Amino acid sequence: MISIKNLHASIGDKEILRGINLEVKAGEVHAIMGPNGSGKSTLSSVLAGREDYDVTEGEVTFNGKNLLDLSTEDRAREGLFLAFQYPIEIPGVSNINFLRTALNEIRAYHGQEEMAAKDFLALVKEKSKLVELDAKLASRSVNEGFSGGEKKRNEIFQMAMLNPKLAILDETDSGLDIDALRIVATGVNKLKSKDNATIVITHYQRLLDYIVPDFVHILYKGRIVKSGGKELALEMEAKGYDEIKREFESSEL
Amino acid sequence: MIETKSNITQTLLDQLQENAPKVTFMPDAEIISAIRYLEDKGIPNNKHEDYKYCNIEAVLRKEFKTVEQAFNELTNADIAPLKIDEAINLVVVNGVYSEELSEKMIVKGLTVNSLNQLSSSEKALLCSQAKSETDALIALNTAFSANGLFLQVDRNNIIPMPLHVIYVNSGNANFVTNTRSFINVQANAQATLIESFYNIGTAKVFSNFVSEKFVGENAKLTCHTFQNEGSLSYSVNTNQVKINKYSNYSNTTMTLSGELVRNNHNVVLADSNCEAHLNGLFISNGTQQIDNHTLIDHQMPHCESNELYKGIAKDKSSGTFNGKIFVRKDAQKTNAYQSSKNILMSDDATINTKPQLEIYADDVKCSHGTSTGKIDTEALFYLKARGIGEDSARKLLLQAFAQELIDKIEIPSLQERVLHLFEKAL
Repeated sequence: MISIKNLHASIGDKEILRGINLEVKAGEVHAIMGPNGSGKSTLSSVLAGREDYDVTEGEVTFNGKNLLDLSTEDRAREGLFLAFQYPIEIPGVSNINFLRTALNEIRAYHGQEEMAAKDFLALVKEKSKLVELDAKLASRSVNEGFSGGEKKRNEIFQMAMLNPKLAILDETDSGLDIDALRIVATGVNKLKSKDNATIVITHYQRLLDYIVPDFVHILYKGRIVKSGGKELALEMEAKGYDEIKREFESSEL
Repeated sequence: MIETKSNITQTLLDQLQENAPKVTFMPDAEIISAIRYLEDKGIPNNKHEDYKYCNIEAVLRKEFKTVEQAFNELTNADIAPLKIDEAINLVVVNGVYSEELSEKMIVKGLTVNSLNQLSSSEKALLCSQAKSETDALIALNTAFSANGLFLQVDRNNIIPMPLHVIYVNSGNANFVTNTRSFINVQANAQATLIESFYNIGTAKVFSNFVSEKFVGENAKLTCHTFQNEGSLSYSVNTNQVKINKYSNYSNTTMTLSGELVRNNHNVVLADSNCEAHLNGLFISNGTQQIDNHTLIDHQMPHCESNELYKGIAKDKSSGTFNGKIFVRKDAQKTNAYQSSKNILMSDDATINTKPQLEIYADDVKCSHGTSTGKIDTEALFYLKARGIGEDSARKLLLQAFAQELIDKIEIPSLQERVLHLFEKAL
């Protein structure tokens, strides 16, 4: 699905990613954990194509294509989805209009016709149930006046609508209470299939009780310093990141 | 040879005096004082505070040194595409009201006529709001006014359909028009007015429009100004509005094209408990200059005014909003709000905004806000991250920006026309 090799990225003069290697296959769930400032959000931003970052080295192959050559919109059209840590409010653009435009541009990219209005609305109805999103929110402006939980649910609703191959959930658990967390996680689990993959980026283990990963990677100072199964997340939760910090602080990373 | 200020004005005056038909309805005294004012002050250039970003003199020097006044005759076929289905369409060609091209419909309480048909009592109102000594462009219009439109709604009448005035200029060599209209909505009357501005000829036009509007006691006038004059048009549009006790006046100006468009929208709230709402939206590209000046004059207590102006400036175009609010000493309990928001779409585009509040009463609520920025890159990234292309994403955001103004157009086919042109201009 996606293969990241020796990825280096900087913002200004500051190198943040310093040689990431990661291979994610269809049907897998990978969790990326790490302390604040380890480069978790930078990784998701670079993969989604945010222009603030310069990729200085390395390559990323997504479904056989060089991801880094693609524009942000083409990455999305190829099936990459980033659930934002801080979803943007866009006053005046209705959720519905936004999603219809997105869906139809993705379809056009794949040579498919526009979706009929009736089918589209049926899809909205079906998918909004998945994350228990009030139908009224669908007709409101994108994220405007939404609560933190509603914003995150709206991200997963969009993911359900666009049906991506690879979803990157960037700190989707941040700011969620336990009920909202359960709803979001249930939504993500229902969307999981043998043909798609998920990368869950999180600071805490909590989310991983609900979205159970096949692999856990610990990111520190711009590199994956440790990988393992789901038990690695529990270990991190129990011990904290201090041990990782001690272990790798001294080594020349 | 560099021409002096007075030379430019004098050259224009000489040419117009030679070519323009004699103004028959304007009182002689008004014409004389208008000419005198023009000769004295000249057409304003950028040294004039009110025309700082809109150098009319330079336009005349550059584009209208010789004025041929070669007008085209227009037919019904020319006008048909400009009409609005759900309205009564009235036509003013090169400043002259055309009974022939206008739709004839007998509506109770509605009078539509040429300005030279004004009764003597109505004539007394002429120039009472548009005063030559306040602005050289008003003076120019007063001195050379063509036989424009007189529109009156008699007291206690509600006109059931919109009235659409099509002001159309058309010529085949450089020309100047001085279009004038006089709109009188009497006490307890109501009307919806659309004023559309076009130039459909092949020649450059300097279009100098003046409209005096009176809204009587407890009357309501809802106006829409639709400007789509194209790249050959340089226009100054002055609205002098006086509204009375318990009345309601609103105007929404949509500027979709025009090489230079200067709008002076001046409203006097002459008695208590009345309200005025001025809105505007422009989108400019190329080297266009769009300049909205408003003046809201609160003279009496318990009145309200609202202004919302938005602009999108592309390429090397420029936009200006200058909004002055007077709250005179008797105008206690005034509520006056003003907001101007703009988006710059290129590094070469310019926006100038200047709110001016002069408040002489002590128990009032007044506020103003202005913002100018680029398109929100975070929002743009968010849309693109969902598969929406750069172009569509920009358009979605700009449409969202403009939507609240487009929503103010209450006439569906006009709204559609605006939306279509707006999307095309994006």
